[in-house]
Amino acid sequence: MATMQFDLVSPERRLASMEVSEVQIPGADGDLTAMPDHAPMITTLRPGVLKVSGADGEKSYFVTGGFADVAGPSATILAERAMPIEEVTGELVEELISASEAKKADASDAAADAAAKYHADLTATLDSIVGR
Amino acid sequence: MPSLKDLKNRIESVKSTRKITKAMQMVAAAKLRRAQDAAEAARPYADRMNAVMGGLAQAVGASEGAPKLLAGTGEDNVHMLVVMTAERGLCGGFNSSIARLARSHAQKLLAEGKTVKILTVGKKGREQLKRDLSAHMVGHVDLGDVKRIGYANAADIASDVLGRFDEGEFDVATIFYNRFESVISQIPTATQVIPASFEPTGEDDESGTLYDYEPSEEAVLEDLLPRGIATQIFTALLENAASEQGARMSAMDNATRNAGEMIDKLTIEFNRSRQAVITNELIEIISGAEAL
Repeated sequence: MATMQFDLVSPERRLASMEVSEVQIPGADGDLTAMPDHAPMITTLRPGVLKVSGADGEKSYFVTGGFADVAGPSATILAERAMPIEEVTGELVEELISASEAKKADASDAAADAAAKYHADLTATLDSIVGR
Repeated sequence: MPSLKDLKNRIESVKSTRKITKAMQMVAAAKLRRAQDAAEAARPYADRMNAVMGGLAQAVGASEGAPKLLAGTGEDNVHMLVVMTAERGLCGGFNSSIARLARSHAQKLLAEGKTVKILTVGKKGREQLKRDLSAHMVGHVDLGDVKRIGYANAADIASDVLGRFDEGEFDVATIFYNRFESVISQIPTATQVIPASFEPTGEDDESGTLYDYEPSEEAVLEDLLPRGIATQIFTALLENAASEQGARMSAMDNATRNAGEMIDKLTIEFNRSRQAVITNELIEIISGAEAL
């Protein structure tokens, strides 16, 4: 099966780098799956779950945002904050949600929609992870 | 001439100073390694970000509706200088060299009749610039409690700067930091971040590919520009942290060596005067015996 190079990097470190056969990306306009030889594209991310499947099974990562750069043989995800889904804990959920709530509360009118959407996406994702 | 006891005390005190500087040097060496690792780990993200931004900026930059962060406000009357220094001293010329660069930059702008605003990151830079530029200071970010610089710190600084930009407080922003070259050489650097400029990276091979942007080029750019600026600030902070430790390490190495030389000199002086005292006593005894 054809594979592609998948990299997940956060500003602080490279979280994952491997050969995968497909990547499910939580794009800002909806989820999408990138497979090898996908047309080159760049999309922003919403808070969500990133799923990759490769030779050693399926892996999921939680991302808070950022963007994805998909180009033929490779897919690079630049995430603001990302971690393997197993590492998402109750404390972290609390922290992220309260930070996002604060942001929503003092967002200016122009940014209010974006902040509200971010908050809704974040809450939904975290609920689905923790409530599993 | 100092007495024997004075000399002895002196030697002891220089010895303990040497112990301290030696310890500081070793601590700095360990911290330097960590700082370098952090800078290394942050590189893939920054490189990638630069490459994507470069491509995007080319695609959108020329058009009419390009965001202000990229195209600028069309003026350059008010300059924001973000000066990043260390929180602590004892690191050679590290803080002074950044302050000097920032000061000369500010004075040049003032001479041209522009308005200068200064945001300092790190206590030492503020102290040095306060002397003659205190009227231009608009803010200060304290990183004194931060043990390890994280992206969150950079994001905070970036959102502060971007907030001021949105309110039209300035037209051009430049960051000042020390670029880490090696342990003995750190280069004070000024980088303009607003309007954003992205250095072309080595890997230009994909710049020819036509990307699809989702939701749209403008929306992606809108989302990415603040991140790009935060990333540039983050990179600068990490470089600065590595430079600080490097500078401290070589400063402390020098101090240790100087203390060693001083101890040698003092020890010789001590031995000489001890010898002189003994000789004196002998002369007294002998001349006393002869007088009898």
